[in-house]
Amino acid sequence: MSDLLYSEVEEDLRASVRDLFKDRAEPAALIARTETAEPYDLELWRTLAADLGTAGLAVPEALGGHGASAREVAVVMEELGRSVAPVPYLGSAVLATSALLATDTSQAEVTERLGKLAAGTLIGALAVPLSTAPGAEFPSAVTAAADGTLSGQVRSVVDASVAELLVVPAVGPDGPGLYTVDVSSAGVTVTEAISLDLTRRIADVTLENVVAKHVADSSVATSALDTALVTAAGLLASEQLGIAEWALTETVRYLKERYQFGRQVGSFQSLKHRLANLYTDLVNARATARYAADCLASGDDIAIAVAVAQARNSPIAVHAAEEAIQLHGGIGMTWEHPAHLYLKRAKSDEIALGTPGRHRAALAPLIDLPA
Amino acid sequence: MTTVDDLKRRVADLLAAYPPESTPRQDFLDARFDAGLAWIHFPEGLGGLDAPRSLQSVVDKELAAAGAPDNDKRRIGIGLGMAAPTILAFGTPEQHQRFLRPLWTEREVWCQLFSEPGAGSDLAALGTRAVRDGDDWVVTGQKVWTSGAHKSQWAILVTRTDPDVPKHRGMTYFLCDMTAPGVEVRPLRQITGEAEFNEVFLSEVRIPDAHRLGAVGEGWKVAQTTLMNERVAIGGTEFPRDGGMVGVVTEVWRERPELRTSELHDKLLKLWVEGESLRLVSSRLRQQLAAGAPGPEGSAVKVAFSELNQAASGLEIELLGDEGLRYDDWTMRRPDGVNFLGREAGYRYLRAKGNSIEGGTSEVLRNIIAERVLGLPSEPRIDKDVAWKDLPR
Repeated sequence: MSDLLYSEVEEDLRASVRDLFKDRAEPAALIARTETAEPYDLELWRTLAADLGTAGLAVPEALGGHGASAREVAVVMEELGRSVAPVPYLGSAVLATSALLATDTSQAEVTERLGKLAAGTLIGALAVPLSTAPGAEFPSAVTAAADGTLSGQVRSVVDASVAELLVVPAVGPDGPGLYTVDVSSAGVTVTEAISLDLTRRIADVTLENVVAKHVADSSVATSALDTALVTAAGLLASEQLGIAEWALTETVRYLKERYQFGRQVGSFQSLKHRLANLYTDLVNARATARYAADCLASGDDIAIAVAVAQARNSPIAVHAAEEAIQLHGGIGMTWEHPAHLYLKRAKSDEIALGTPGRHRAALAPLIDLPA
Repeated sequence: MTTVDDLKRRVADLLAAYPPESTPRQDFLDARFDAGLAWIHFPEGLGGLDAPRSLQSVVDKELAAAGAPDNDKRRIGIGLGMAAPTILAFGTPEQHQRFLRPLWTEREVWCQLFSEPGAGSDLAALGTRAVRDGDDWVVTGQKVWTSGAHKSQWAILVTRTDPDVPKHRGMTYFLCDMTAPGVEVRPLRQITGEAEFNEVFLSEVRIPDAHRLGAVGEGWKVAQTTLMNERVAIGGTEFPRDGGMVGVVTEVWRERPELRTSELHDKLLKLWVEGESLRLVSSRLRQQLAAGAPGPEGSAVKVAFSELNQAASGLEIELLGDEGLRYDDWTMRRPDGVNFLGREAGYRYLRAKGNSIEGGTSEVLRNIIAERVLGLPSEPRIDKDVAWKDLPR
C-alpha cells in the first residue's frame, strides 16, 4: 500500500522551504517584483535550488543529486503553490531535469548538464508549450537538419526567459530526437510573453540553425519526453494542493477578522459551509497529490495516479482561489492583495500539462471506461 | 508490545483449538473473543489485547484465509461502530463484562435511540424524559429513525433528566433493554418503500440505574463519543478502486455500450475520479489512525461520500434511460441490514438521498468542519443559557 502520509524528513524539508519563502517571498514584495525588469528572483532561486539542495532532490547521488524521490519534490511543489515564489523550479528542476534523467545518463553531455541542474547552478527549460499533456504526440515544431542544427519555434515555454539550457524535442531525418541547446548559442531567440501567471512566466523560443547536442533518439526521446510530462503533471498536483491550502487558510483568517452586520463574517453559516466545502476539497487534493507523488517514486500505477490527481486538483485549486477572491470581497479584487497571484497561478496550472478534461479522457482507456 | 508474529501465533492457536470446519459458527466467535482476537485494540479480557488497531487486519486476513467464520458487520454495525466504543469509554467494569462480549459475538444486536421527531440535527433538544424512581429510571418519549430496532435486544438511549437547565446539561445516557415492557417498535416506511427504520415508543419503560452510562447530566458528553464514532463508521468504510456506488455505474457502462453518450462519459469519468480520490482519502485517514495521529478529516469524508453516492446513483438512472423510468418493487419490506447498493437503480437512487441526512446531516457536518477544524465562530446561540423547558418548540 502506498504511503500517503508525510515522513519526518519530508516535514523537515517542508519547514526549511517554508521558512525561506516566508523570509524572502512575502506577498507585497512579490507583487512589487512583478512590475520590475526582473520578475524572477534568482537570488531566491540560488538559495532554494543550491543551498537547500531542492533542485537535485530526485537526481541520483552518482549524478550529483540527493537521491531522494518525487515524494520530496512534491513537498517543495506544495510550498511553491503556497507561496507562488517566482523561481524557475517547474521548468528547471522538474521538466528539464526529468527529461534528461530519462535519457542515457552515461553520456558526458547528459552527466555534466544534470550535475549542474541538480546543483542549482544551471537553469534549464524543456522546449514544449506548457499546455502539452502527457501522451501528446511528439512535437514537430522544431526540426533537426542533417547536420544536427535545429530550427523552429516553440511557444509558451515555461521558465525559458531565465533558462541557460534548453532541452529540445525535435524531429530529424531519422525521426524524433532530444537535444540540448545553450541559450547563448547563435540563432537562439527567447521572447518573453506577457503571462497570465505573473509569478511563473512563459516565453517563445525561436531557433535558427542552432548548434545542438543530440542526447536521445526515437523511442528514448519519445519516452523521455513523456516521462518528463507525466512527472511534472503528477507533481503539479502538489502545487495545486498548496494553492488550495493557501486560499483556505487565508480566507478563514480573514473571515475571522472581518466584522459586518455586527458580527464576525466567519460566523455566518452560508460562508462557513463554503469554507467547509473547500476543506473537503483540500482533503481530497492532498490524498490524490500524495498518491501521485508516491506512485512516481515507486513506479507503480503512475498513469492512473497522475491522471486522477490532475483531473481532481486542477479544478480544486481554481475553485479555491476563486472563492478566496469572492469571500475577501472588494479587497480580494485589488492588486495589492495577493489573492490574484494565486488565481493566476491556479488558472494557468489548470491548463498546464493537460487540462482536467484531457486527463479524464486519458484515464478512460486505463480504467476500462471507453467512450 | 504485540507483534505481527505474536498475533499470527495466537491466530494459529485459536484455529488449532477450534478448527473452523468442525466448530459451530457461534462457538468460534465466542472463542475468538475470549482469545482477544475480536477487536485487538480493546483491553485484555474484553475481546482484545491492548494491541495497535492497525494490526487488526493481520488477524482478519489470517482468519479469512483459514475459512473461519466472522460476525456480520452489517447486522451488528451500530453495536460495533457506536455502542461498543461508547460503552468502552464510559462504562463501568460490570457494564464492560455484561455487554461487550454478546455484542461482538452477535448474540445481542444493538440499535440507537437518539433522534426524535422534534430533535434530529438539534439532538440536544430531545424531550424523552427519564425520571428517577428508587433504583430505576422511568422513561417516556418517542424516538425515530431507529435502524434495526425490530431486530435489536439492546439500545443506546439518550434522555432528558433535567428540564430546568440548558439543554446540553440536562441529558443522561442509558443502555436500554428493547424487550422491556413499554418499548414498542413500529416500522417507519421510507422513500424507497421499505422499512429499514422504525419509530420507537417508550411508555414508562423501567431502566435500572446500573444501566446508566456515564454520570447523570453527562449524556451529551457521552453522546458525542457515539456520534464521532458514527461518522468514522459511515465515512471510513474501506472500498476498492472502482467500487461502491461508482462501481455499480461503471459496470452498467461496460456492459451496455448502446447507452453511452459523450456527455455521460465525461460525467462518469468525473465521478470515477471523485470516487478514486475519496478512496485515497479514506486510506490516508486509516494510515493516520494507524500512526496514532487521527486527523479531523472524518466529517469531510462523510460529506463527500454522501454527495458521490447521490451523484453516481443519479447518473445510473440517467444512463439507463427507459429502464430508469421503472422501479423494481414498491412492496414494503423489513430488510436485515443497511445495503446502499442493494436492489436496482431506482432503489439505489432513492436510498442514497438518506446518506446526507443519516449520521449527521451534511449541513451539521459542515458546521462541525467550519467550527472545530477551521476554528470559525459559531452562529449566535439563542438557546445557550435558556432552560430546556423554556425553549420554543
